[in-house]
Amino acid sequence: MTVTPIKPWRATKRDILTQLIVIFLSLVAAYLIVANTGFEGRLPLVAFFGVFSICALALISGLQRGKEAAKDSFLAGAAYVGVFALLLPVVSILWTVVSRGTAAIYSGFFTTDMSQDPFSSPLTDGGIKHALIGTLWLITIALIISVPLGILTALYLTETKGPGSGLIRFLVQAMSGIPSIVAGLFIYSALISGTGRGFSGFMGALALSILMIPTVARTAEEVLKLVPPDLREAGLALGATQWKTVALVVLPAAKSGLVTAVILGVARIAGETAPLLFTTGGADATNLNPMDDNMGTIPFYIWKALIDGSPEAASRAWAGIFILMLAVLALFGTARYLSRSRTVR
Amino acid sequence: MSDDMLGKKEENGMNATTAADTTNSIASGADQPHSSGLGAVAAASAAKRTRTEQPFGSGLEARNVHAWFGKYHAISDMSLDFPTGTVTALIGPSGCGKSTFLRTLNRMHEFIPGAAMAGEVLLHGKDIYAPGTDVTKIRLKIGMVFQKPNPFPSMTIGENVLAGIKLAQLKVSDKKELLEECLERAGLWNEVKDRLDQPGGSLSGGQQQRLCIARSLAVRPEVLLMDEPCSALDPGSTLKIEETIAELAKTMTVIIVTHNMQQAARVSDYTAFLLSDGGPGQLIEFAPTREIFTRPKDKRTENYVTGRFG
Amino acid sequence: MTIADVERPNLAPTPRALVTKPRISDQIFRGIVALGGFSSLIILGLIAAYLFFRGYSILRSEGLSFITGYEWVSSINSDGTAGSEKSVYGVGAMLIGTLVTALIALVFGVPVAVFAALYLTFFAPVRIRNFLVSVVDLMAAFPSILFGLWGLYVLMEPGMYVAELLNKYLGWIPIFAVPVPVFLRSPFIAGLVLSVMIIPIITAISREIFAQTPLDRIQAAYALGASKWAMIKNVAFPYSYSGIVGGAMLGLGRAMGETVAVFTVLNILYQANFKILLGAGGNLASHIILKFGEASEEEIKALMAAGFVLFLLTLGVNMMANLIVSRTGRRGR
Repeated sequence: MTVTPIKPWRATKRDILTQLIVIFLSLVAAYLIVANTGFEGRLPLVAFFGVFSICALALISGLQRGKEAAKDSFLAGAAYVGVFALLLPVVSILWTVVSRGTAAIYSGFFTTDMSQDPFSSPLTDGGIKHALIGTLWLITIALIISVPLGILTALYLTETKGPGSGLIRFLVQAMSGIPSIVAGLFIYSALISGTGRGFSGFMGALALSILMIPTVARTAEEVLKLVPPDLREAGLALGATQWKTVALVVLPAAKSGLVTAVILGVARIAGETAPLLFTTGGADATNLNPMDDNMGTIPFYIWKALIDGSPEAASRAWAGIFILMLAVLALFGTARYLSRSRTVR
Repeated sequence: MSDDMLGKKEENGMNATTAADTTNSIASGADQPHSSGLGAVAAASAAKRTRTEQPFGSGLEARNVHAWFGKYHAISDMSLDFPTGTVTALIGPSGCGKSTFLRTLNRMHEFIPGAAMAGEVLLHGKDIYAPGTDVTKIRLKIGMVFQKPNPFPSMTIGENVLAGIKLAQLKVSDKKELLEECLERAGLWNEVKDRLDQPGGSLSGGQQQRLCIARSLAVRPEVLLMDEPCSALDPGSTLKIEETIAELAKTMTVIIVTHNMQQAARVSDYTAFLLSDGGPGQLIEFAPTREIFTRPKDKRTENYVTGRFG
Repeated sequence: MTIADVERPNLAPTPRALVTKPRISDQIFRGIVALGGFSSLIILGLIAAYLFFRGYSILRSEGLSFITGYEWVSSINSDGTAGSEKSVYGVGAMLIGTLVTALIALVFGVPVAVFAALYLTFFAPVRIRNFLVSVVDLMAAFPSILFGLWGLYVLMEPGMYVAELLNKYLGWIPIFAVPVPVFLRSPFIAGLVLSVMIIPIITAISREIFAQTPLDRIQAAYALGASKWAMIKNVAFPYSYSGIVGGAMLGLGRAMGETVAVFTVLNILYQANFKILLGAGGNLASHIILKFGEASEEEIKALMAAGFVLFLLTLGVNMMANLIVSRTGRRGR
């Protein structure tokens, strides 16, 4: 005797049909309103449709099951509207980047820089080579500075648990809220202004490090906290010193999580613009030396295109963003993949 | 299978005044010698209970109830007609589906992701799972007390008792009267009447559980489901709550899941024995408590109540 | 000789002091780790110090009016020649702009974020929830210049349309009135763009807090006959309220410090503009960027001072926010 499991609490076909009819009628009503009054365009249509359908569905629930059911339905409607309002900009942004981002990309885009052509020149002139090199340099230097400092900070909080850990943790959180412009201003005021030194890639990397360290530190701390204390005790019980335990037991156990922390740190700084405006000088020519002289970067490239204002420049800006977004998506995908395949040892 | 059918037929023929009959048959020495001492306990408790008040109807009946968690078939073909105005205990070893079955009775089972069911649960002859049923109204009629006391910590004692009124937005003419009545019935009024505005979490475990009972009473349920209500409490509190249950049974139907057979013997009029032998949990036997513990019809029941397993 | 004759020493034990001197290698290790750990403290301290000292002369000469003053005039022109007026530096108007744009961002961002978080926690099927949580995290990683571009080229038109509608029907409310019908690049649009930027942060925090609502309270509510709405109103929301406030404050901090997005979509003019639909205004960060390019040495000092003010402001908001968020977790009620 086989019995089929059912879920009688799910909405019945009749309920769903009623709801769809109500939604359809709301759409019609919204359309009629928009067509016959001064409102124009899709925005008022969507707005009226949203309001009508939520109210109508709540009304139906209220008539069927009373006031509480109406409030319940209203809340559900508001929740759906909320998530829709969240997704709409995301979809719009991604769509815009993809649709406008490829116009300026041609065969020579990655192999030329902007030293010969202004941003308003035709799209087949000039390219992003200098900015790519610059961004790669800056990320590399920022990694070299931020990863050790970030992981050491995390180790201080989880392994050594030294005095002031609470304060340090609090400060790291506070530091992650520093506006990026302040980081740039600081480096400018400390290392460039009044010293005779000019802009350079290195300065930009320093400013980015200020933003990257807290991200790496916080994620690394969470990952290190997940390492079971038994592992540490096992290491110490074998007679290993604390630093050996950390280096040979704890850190390898948290390996993929730490890599995730680093990747998230890079994603954080890859698109930062404001700090670079005070530190790198934004060159148009390719500069291979990060320690000396202005350096172009992708965000600065986008910024310059934005300031230029011409339609060609706008296309270049979108192309720059397109490349940046590909990088961010790749970083994010890698981070997600790593945290999923992480085995618990 | 025929055993519990028999048990069911017997129970259908019984009404609320049977307790007196069972007492008489004890006196006539109808006990079997191999019965557990629980039989005597059950008999003694039954003798204490009088059924002079007319309970308002529950008419709660489960017909061929199944429950699944995803693909896992948790309980199978449970059919029970709960007698009005009585206390029914659900006993059985851990994992046999007692709590799962309990939760199908007030439609709390469906909150678990992947939950599915089959069969019917009838309240006054109407299936509570019928399409179009307002499930919140069902839960007003079929209340539940949980294993771990869960008063709302952000509310005072008084607010906790009336929480159900507030949540369901019910109209009550005299809140103070309702408050006192519920706390009185839960056996808590004297202990908290002077500190109704203290936070709900400031009471001891046993008091918190009685607060939860009072809270469920405020919405005037016809049936009260209790999921191992005393297992997290000390013996003193347990005793107080068992007294409360006896009081409650005068005006409503109580169904209590318990893994403590002594408690089942003390508290309940009827007992259902559930068992899962690797597969889904099933109803093995349902009979008046005294019979389950003295003359169980199924060998498995006998093994369980005499402590050979479980 | 009996046992009583034998002198017994006092046997009450005293605890031994446990002294473990770490090996040299460990001492070095702890030293290095401590250095790394304190790097944050050092960096924060240096930031405060340098910005303060570089801007000190201006702060001293302006005094409190640096914060309250509504004028920003540099007496030295960008080419170094002396201008006709005396320098006056005050960031008051830009502080107002910072607050106005950030508040608009909250007004739009918080409701959307909270309702979206409610959907994710209490309405979404598991697969959709996991997917959307990833989407929200991704959104938090979008570069701010992207929002600037999108705001300028995509949002501006519908934004202006809504602004005109607001002005037409609600223009009797002072903030919706405009002296001239210029709706392009207004604080309103900037606020909208900022709201989109802060939604992911607030959503993520709110969702995490909602998901931590104790299950036994939720079950108790449902068992009493509560609808989902009643449960959320009486159980989930009171539990999560302060965490949501903390999340909103983190969003506020982000909105206050945002630079390039605001610079792109807002017409930066040095004035305190409460008429949010009018295309003029600014916030502190974008003002600094605007002036930096052609600033004289004196003005740069003033910009440093402005940066210091911005630093203190966002630091304060963020610290308060973190306190509030961490308090929710520790409430244990």
